[in-house]
Amino acid sequence: MGIFKKSSTEGANYITARESRKISKENRRITDEYEKKKNRKVIPREEYITQMKNSENVVEFDNLHTYFFSDVGVVKSVNGVSFDIPKGKTVGVVGESGCGKSVTSLSLMQLVQRPQGQIVAGAIRFNTGKEVVDVTKMPTSEMQKLRGNKLSMIFQEPMTSLNPVFRIGLQIDEVIQLHYPDMNKEDIRKRSIEMLKLVGIANSEGVYKMYPHELSGGMRQRVMIAMGLACDPELIIADEPTTALDVTIQAQILDILRDLKNRMNSSIMLITHDLGVIAEMADIVVVMYAGRIVEKGTAEEIFSNPSHPYTIGLMNSKPAVGKKVDRLYSIPGKVPNPVNMPDYCYFKERCEMSISDCNGAYPEQIQLSPTHFISCYRYVNDKGENQ
Amino acid sequence: MTDYILEVKHLKKYFPIKNGPLRNNQGAVKAVDDVSFTIQRGTTMGLVGESGCGKSTTGRTILRLMDKTDGEVLFNGKEVYSLNKKELRNLRTKMQIIFQDPYSSLSPRLPIGEIIGEAVKEHNLVPKEEHEEHLNKIMASCGLQPYHKDRYPHEFSGGQRQRICIARALALDPEFIVCDEPVSALDVSIQAQIINLLEDLQKEYGLTYLFISHDLSVVEHICDTVGVMYLGGLVETGSTEDIFSNPLHPYTKALFSAIPIPDPNAKIERIVLKGSIPSPANPPEGCKFHTRCNQCMEICKTKVPDVKEMGNGHMVKCHLFN
Repeated sequence: MGIFKKSSTEGANYITARESRKISKENRRITDEYEKKKNRKVIPREEYITQMKNSENVVEFDNLHTYFFSDVGVVKSVNGVSFDIPKGKTVGVVGESGCGKSVTSLSLMQLVQRPQGQIVAGAIRFNTGKEVVDVTKMPTSEMQKLRGNKLSMIFQEPMTSLNPVFRIGLQIDEVIQLHYPDMNKEDIRKRSIEMLKLVGIANSEGVYKMYPHELSGGMRQRVMIAMGLACDPELIIADEPTTALDVTIQAQILDILRDLKNRMNSSIMLITHDLGVIAEMADIVVVMYAGRIVEKGTAEEIFSNPSHPYTIGLMNSKPAVGKKVDRLYSIPGKVPNPVNMPDYCYFKERCEMSISDCNGAYPEQIQLSPTHFISCYRYVNDKGENQ
Repeated sequence: MTDYILEVKHLKKYFPIKNGPLRNNQGAVKAVDDVSFTIQRGTTMGLVGESGCGKSTTGRTILRLMDKTDGEVLFNGKEVYSLNKKELRNLRTKMQIIFQDPYSSLSPRLPIGEIIGEAVKEHNLVPKEEHEEHLNKIMASCGLQPYHKDRYPHEFSGGQRQRICIARALALDPEFIVCDEPVSALDVSIQAQIINLLEDLQKEYGLTYLFISHDLSVVEHICDTVGVMYLGGLVETGSTEDIFSNPLHPYTKALFSAIPIPDPNAKIERIVLKGSIPSPANPPEGCKFHTRCNQCMEICKTKVPDVKEMGNGHMVKCHLFN
């Protein structure tokens, strides 16, 4: 359809074929450059070994920019995101779909779809326990040693992330085998079964021999967690681990995650859009909107003193049990088009509290308390005291 | 006398398990097993429960989208399953359904105008000259613009698609709509818009909803009465206030305690249910919940509990109250 319409027509959702060709040509030129850098045969170690700013952190995201070079324009999925994940803590990332929370975690795993998706700027420092590496500059071969070993990920859909044609046991064995090549088969098997027991599967010997289709959703998610924990990771990325599950099963899974985190002393990066789950699990909360962090702070601060209009709107739009309201608050409008974002505050058009300053450039991050940061003009002059 | 739009009496729906070389019957999956409830005109009834407990099957069996195995469904006092083809066809306009996933429930090849207007034309609900006008009115009340008519579903976001699904149901001027998890596929901020829209439409058109959901906070917000289902049967029914402030059945209590509360300081005493829901093909003897119940008694393992009224229409099916 798009080919027959001119870009000047209303809606501006369409671009002409000529424009599209021009953009893809330009994109290819940019991405080729990044790919060339990435695909060098030898990447010296000095390039990706760095130092942490604070040795108490496992991961430090430092001004991360992940862009997707699509045929309709550049999508700035993650646009200057900085936050830290301290050791032994749970960091919750909240936001609507398309706000860049998953892309942030995929950047950390170096799993962004290349060549369209590229980390164009910034650094992700990760403490593997022995050394500190910058994930954005690491060669793929080195990254493979970290993935599943020091960094593991639990995906949203346990139905689609297990391979249906292999037994559960084999799929967990594979992870251990890959990262500990000198372990013998019997030891690997023992460890897999032990892992299944750890996540609360009673019949672990039996489940070891089963196929994924024989298990329920909650059991499959447990298997995924067992697989993620098989190598004692420093950080577990849980990407909406309970969204596809029922409340009762969700409570079980959250219990397991919390318990295991304490037992294994690892950190969790929990991505979800359920504020209830965040309140229950997270120590530190990061609220994202359209590729940027609008507010971050401890869970206490975010829930007792939400300051950004988006955070406030998000909290009011979710009905809470025991709180009776006549009409739910709904944030007006919708998320802006990710191509060609405006250079004023991205939330301005949906914000009911906007002031004249909001027409200026994107607001800087303002510190409200030692741990509470916010990007909003309402707090620029008075530091939020009058709000 | 109370005006009931829908009365469901002892509804059962079994899916036969066919196996072996002769494909003979080997038992049945008891998806809905003896469910009875009533809905008053102009109110919203919520059905909650874990996945696989038969909520959606109940909704679809009521609409006669699936055949029942046993029981009665009375819509406006008439048995839905005794109607002949012509009567059923007329009834279809009165009962509508909104599905969970707005991505798969709209035909990708039809423009929005066709999707919403198709059934209106089919049933000759409005004269030809007024067709466009009717569509515009319905679309406007669902928050859609007239120029959306020529667009295709892929051009819309999830929230707007759900609006299209609602408009499609509403175009036939129904009295009763089954909402089968209408907001669970949507983002939080969009959820609020759709819930508000459903409430506005209920006031404007005097609709009755059967609201199927597993999100308890949404159910508390929108519903007047609630039924809690477990493994094909209703374990507790009553008004929303009664159920949420004073849950009686151990399953309801466990279900409510599992809801995460958006307040980091809230301390909840959580009842974590052990294991998962048993197979509906081979449900446990006696009370179906006894395998996971934390207040299980001897009698629960052998005898099916009776439904007991605890006052104010609050029904509970548990031996603890007999």
